[in-house]
Amino acid sequence: MLVAENIGKKFSGVVALENVSMELLAGRVTAILGENGAGKSTLMKILSGVYDEYEGRIVFKGETVKFKNPIDAQNAGIAIIHQELNLVPYLSITENLFLGREITNAFGMLNRKAMRAKTTELLIKLRLNVDPDSLVADLRVGQQQVVEIAKALLCDAEMIIMDEPTSAITESEVEVLFGIIAELKSENKAIVYISHKLNELFKIADDYVVMRDGRKIENGSMAGMTQDQLIHKMVGREINIARKGEGQGQVAKKLLLSVKDVCLVKAGDKNKKTLDNISFDLYSGEVLGIFGLMGAGRTELMETLLGVHPGLMTGKISIENTELNIRSATEAINSGIVLVPEDRKKHGLVLNMDIKNNISLSNLQETKSLGVLDKGKEQKLAEKYVNALKIKCSSAGQTVKNLSGGNQQKVVLAKCLATKPKVLMLDEPTRGIDINAKNEIYKLIIELAAEGMGIIMVSSELPEILAISDRVLVMADGAIRAEMNISDATEDNILKAAIPGAI
Amino acid sequence: MDLANYRTSLVKFQSLIALVLLCIVLSIVSDKFLTVDNTWNVMRQISVNICISVGMTLVILIAGIDLSVGSVLALCGAITAGLLKNGIPIQSSNLYIGFTLLGAILVGLIVGSLLGLFNGWTITRFKVPPFVATLAMLTIARGLTMLWTKGFPISNLGDSFDYIGTGWFLGIPLPVWISGIVVIIAVVITKKTVLGRYIYAIGGNESASKLSGININKVKLTVYAIAGLLAAIGGILVTSRLDSAQPNAGISYELDSIAAVVIGGTSLSGGRGTIMGTVLGAVIIGVLNNGLVLMNVSPFWQQVVKGAVILLAVMIDKANSKNE
Repeated sequence: MLVAENIGKKFSGVVALENVSMELLAGRVTAILGENGAGKSTLMKILSGVYDEYEGRIVFKGETVKFKNPIDAQNAGIAIIHQELNLVPYLSITENLFLGREITNAFGMLNRKAMRAKTTELLIKLRLNVDPDSLVADLRVGQQQVVEIAKALLCDAEMIIMDEPTSAITESEVEVLFGIIAELKSENKAIVYISHKLNELFKIADDYVVMRDGRKIENGSMAGMTQDQLIHKMVGREINIARKGEGQGQVAKKLLLSVKDVCLVKAGDKNKKTLDNISFDLYSGEVLGIFGLMGAGRTELMETLLGVHPGLMTGKISIENTELNIRSATEAINSGIVLVPEDRKKHGLVLNMDIKNNISLSNLQETKSLGVLDKGKEQKLAEKYVNALKIKCSSAGQTVKNLSGGNQQKVVLAKCLATKPKVLMLDEPTRGIDINAKNEIYKLIIELAAEGMGIIMVSSELPEILAISDRVLVMADGAIRAEMNISDATEDNILKAAIPGAI
Repeated sequence: MDLANYRTSLVKFQSLIALVLLCIVLSIVSDKFLTVDNTWNVMRQISVNICISVGMTLVILIAGIDLSVGSVLALCGAITAGLLKNGIPIQSSNLYIGFTLLGAILVGLIVGSLLGLFNGWTITRFKVPPFVATLAMLTIARGLTMLWTKGFPISNLGDSFDYIGTGWFLGIPLPVWISGIVVIIAVVITKKTVLGRYIYAIGGNESASKLSGININKVKLTVYAIAGLLAAIGGILVTSRLDSAQPNAGISYELDSIAAVVIGGTSLSGGRGTIMGTVLGAVIIGVLNNGLVLMNVSPFWQQVVKGAVILLAVMIDKANSKNE
């Protein structure tokens, strides 16, 4: 049905996809596997017309195509169902299905009857037993997903891409979804299925494609494959980062941070736990790696330790054997806990401010004299970190918006370090930055640990977890699933523990 | 200077250039425009708007808005005038509490600050959108003004009170002194203090500011309280100049001050803008008003022109930021 030839894509110089070729067949379900950042979503976005600039060639139904936008792709017959559903909550199912392609009568008025009839027909086919006039907001997530599938069928899609379709739905809804997929298959449609949940793939996928670091590693038939084999293909790469030297930074091992039975409930639903009884210790001079797949609760754990969710958390957090009652980031920072957040642009930086103002932001009380900001002190503070972290910039007065991702990340780090923290938490510290900046940040983390700081590094990149952690915690479904010393940790056993429901 | 530099400085000083051009045109078409009397007159007139607009700038810098300033101005002016004139009668004992000039003014200023604080409280504590919270305050404060004045002006407030709005000091009208001091303090706050830095940071990225350990709510409360205080100062100036607290004072002043802020180049989405830009914006509006009056343009056309200028200013600003 679809042949992709030598697809490549770069984002401001960083290679996201390189030379990917694959064939997707009609009447079969193809699973795309890979860790976060392997290039799966980039590839899917190219296939579905979200990105219109790429290298290589796509042949769909025997014709070379180049989609300018998602509507183009849809008209050709390729539909994508995103992880976050694209429905308007306060419109009815019918109105959502026909959004942008309404049926009108001779006077340009909506032909509700025809649209409702078509919707009913589709809903019966997909066995969704609800009124076509009900609001999407009143449907459960699984049902909303079926509506998305109906949307794809409405525009006669012949290829349907599903990105993590089961991440938010219940077991029984998964069964319904699989029934629908089987039916679509029998109608000779091509299904592309992306999921972290390997056990699902064995139930419904016919073929697999494994991706890693923006390349296609292998493809073949699911028949005869085992879960272990697939995991090995997903992670089996050379580790190109210098491993942390044995014993380094382990000299003065004293308890720094102790987390006991920390739970976090959802804001709207007190019975739903996003964090479930998390307990761990962090010692000075230690790098504690926390690994988990998307939705495992890693970011929530970091935010909770920073005091962002005061009313929703229970449990004890102590630093150097003193129990803390942290109710805000201000208090956390004063107690010596800082966070380099996952999304530096959204949560880390004030983009239209310059480097020195960003670096001093957490530390302004120290940067003033006689109640007035001391610009000289501020400049000195900034220069100190610009030099120490090798931030590449024209001057400390440069706006951070114009810096590269790696240098922006260093500015966030500098801001955190300027508060002289005891515990440094890093959430995906090397996401979206190039390999050189990555290595510099790794080196820095190791140096800081050697100076006695306790470091928690959350990452979904296994090689970096393995390269610089002393100890690894693996999270899944909001709980800690495994704890291992670095000497016992391998990519295989970490990933095994991280896959929800795999144990 | 190469062309790019030339362009940036042109953009930077565009409102100043516009103001100069405006003044040149007005002095050609009207011989009354460029006189000492008229200059002081314009400056006295805009001093109220400058006070309010300085507060508005701070609020807009944190990506908020304050629609209540006109009503707060009226209420605080009326309270000061009422206390000064009538005091607070205590019916049961046939006594009344009198107020000195300073006391009456102080109460007016405190009431303004408290109303601003209340705005900030509903916005931070209950997450009411600033537009809605201050829209409600616009109505509430206007209603309270009507209740306090029973719908009638409070006039004849005495010479010493009138001096604030009409007097001169060292050859400069007193309101100009007052608004000038307000501007200087605000410039120092925004450029030199931790509070000022926090204001820009919160407007630039609230979430990053929060995670950086800034007490967002405290900053917001402070800013809305300052806006209330400055509206009260404006109220006292207006009342004193007219020697009368009008129940309808300050209607649509919030729009004039938002216009000054916008013309001054402050971004309505927060984080970008300066006090001096706003002052320039207020001066442009004031000069435009004055010029149109001198040229005998009908008040109806004046409104059309003012609206067009606001639109033009923002359109130019947008076009420039697109080129960046």
